[in-house]
Amino acid sequence: MTSSLAPRLALGTVVALVLLFLVLPILIVVPMSFSNARFLTFPPPGYSLRWYEAFFGNPAWMQAARVSLGVAAATAIGATLIGTAAAYALSMSGSRLARSLTVILLLPLVVPIVITAIGVFFVFAKTGLLATLPGLVLANVMLATPYVVTSVLAGLRGFDPAQEMVARSLGMNRLRAFLSVTLPQIRPSVVSGALFAFISALDETVVAIFIAGGQNQTLTKRMFTSLRDEIDPTIAAISSLLTAASLMVVVLASLSARKSSTNP
Amino acid sequence: MTPSSPALRRHERREQMLVLALLSPALAVVAALLVVPLAWLAVQSVTSDGAFTLEHYRRFLTEDIYWRSFLLTFRIALTVTVLAVLLGYPVAYAAATLPRRWSVVVLGLVILPFWTSVLVRAYAWMVLLQRRGLVNGMLQGLGLTDQPIALINNEFGTVLATLHILLPFMVLPLYATMQRIPRDLMLAGASLGGGPLHVFLRVFLPLSMPGVVAGTVLVFVLALGFYITPELLGGGRTFMVSMLVSRNVEIYNQWGAASAIGVVLLVCVAALFWLASRVVPLERIMGAR
Repeated sequence: MTSSLAPRLALGTVVALVLLFLVLPILIVVPMSFSNARFLTFPPPGYSLRWYEAFFGNPAWMQAARVSLGVAAATAIGATLIGTAAAYALSMSGSRLARSLTVILLLPLVVPIVITAIGVFFVFAKTGLLATLPGLVLANVMLATPYVVTSVLAGLRGFDPAQEMVARSLGMNRLRAFLSVTLPQIRPSVVSGALFAFISALDETVVAIFIAGGQNQTLTKRMFTSLRDEIDPTIAAISSLLTAASLMVVVLASLSARKSSTNP
Repeated sequence: MTPSSPALRRHERREQMLVLALLSPALAVVAALLVVPLAWLAVQSVTSDGAFTLEHYRRFLTEDIYWRSFLLTFRIALTVTVLAVLLGYPVAYAAATLPRRWSVVVLGLVILPFWTSVLVRAYAWMVLLQRRGLVNGMLQGLGLTDQPIALINNEFGTVLATLHILLPFMVLPLYATMQRIPRDLMLAGASLGGGPLHVFLRVFLPLSMPGVVAGTVLVFVLALGFYITPELLGGGRTFMVSMLVSRNVEIYNQWGAASAIGVVLLVCVAALFWLASRVVPLERIMGAR
């Protein structure tokens, strides 16, 4: 398509500005986290690691970090197992019922998070799961399963189920046929589902505000509580670490996707 | 397909059992932690001390703060959604039409914030918009203002941070739709004598509407339920519906009131999805297609 230069230049400028708006606020926190000052000014008057020391040297922050990482890892495993099974079943059946069940599985994405949070709070209060690790993991598995389901469903769409039937007609049972024929081909979608489940649990805040507590505070809940009082620069250090984790997940997911497209 | 023999029927049934068995763990988790509590909230909203009552809903008519909060929430959600369409459409268009090398960069810059913690992004805006923050420094440096302007602890800060968080939810469904628009159609339009603007308005824009609908509903609905940004950047002045819910539970322990507000919010969300589903299938809005 040929078009004159001016509209394309205008479009390019708008797009560049919007992308700056999206990315700059996240990146600006990183240099600030290395500031040596009590107040967050930009550029920082000098550089130091003092806010990272304040984070890594504080037992309460460290305990919260351990809880968050543990919960995120357990969530990734749990959500990947049940989400992959569900996506496989949904793609296998293709009935009207399957379509409505898909919508139920995706509900956690669209129910306003505060409503989800008070609902989970209520169930956990009745069952004694408040302020426990299993409770945190269960809640995060529920919230993260939709990411796995959508990712794996997308992967299965590019897979020809006839291949699995061939394997079964050659004498493999269903599980072996799935593990040795289907899974290797949809692996990138399973891997990115797991990565996104991990990061969703690591970043989850609102439900944790209601159900985490005592020894089992998450990093984000502690951050939120301290942010209500003041803009503590320690949070800048933690934010930078969390952003680095997100960046790593996005890069890993896209690498896993690319590997699959170059050698199928 | 109608099963014709008992063997085939047995096979069908076995397949259905397997489908159910594989679905049940995920369905059980969502049912136990989401569907059941939602049903319980609905019951709570019409009971008081075990008896049926509409008292919790009557507050919407009698107490100012309730309808004020809903009004404010809808206004913020609408502002954010309109801005997201205006800013998101060009980005999605660029990602869908640029050569692959560049579209990967554009998409990457949208996806990175998408997967960055909401809390981290709210914090970033607190740092940027505070009285002695970067934005105020720049405004003063440019001589646009002598005094620092109040950019946070108000509706402006809340809208800006919410827009920042939700913009990717607009760009990604838009991009997914635009990517499916056949390039040949644009070429055909051009070959029939349409100028670029004409072809865009008559061919591309209408075909991209399902993506606009999906993104609009998603952003609007998510904005209705926002909690972190009004809490941290609103300074107590932007009392959105989510805060009304959480205050009723956390401070006043008023489950009936919190449930009634929750039910009204959920009904709004469901109605919006129902409306949108008449134009675009639900699974596509939710990203499963």
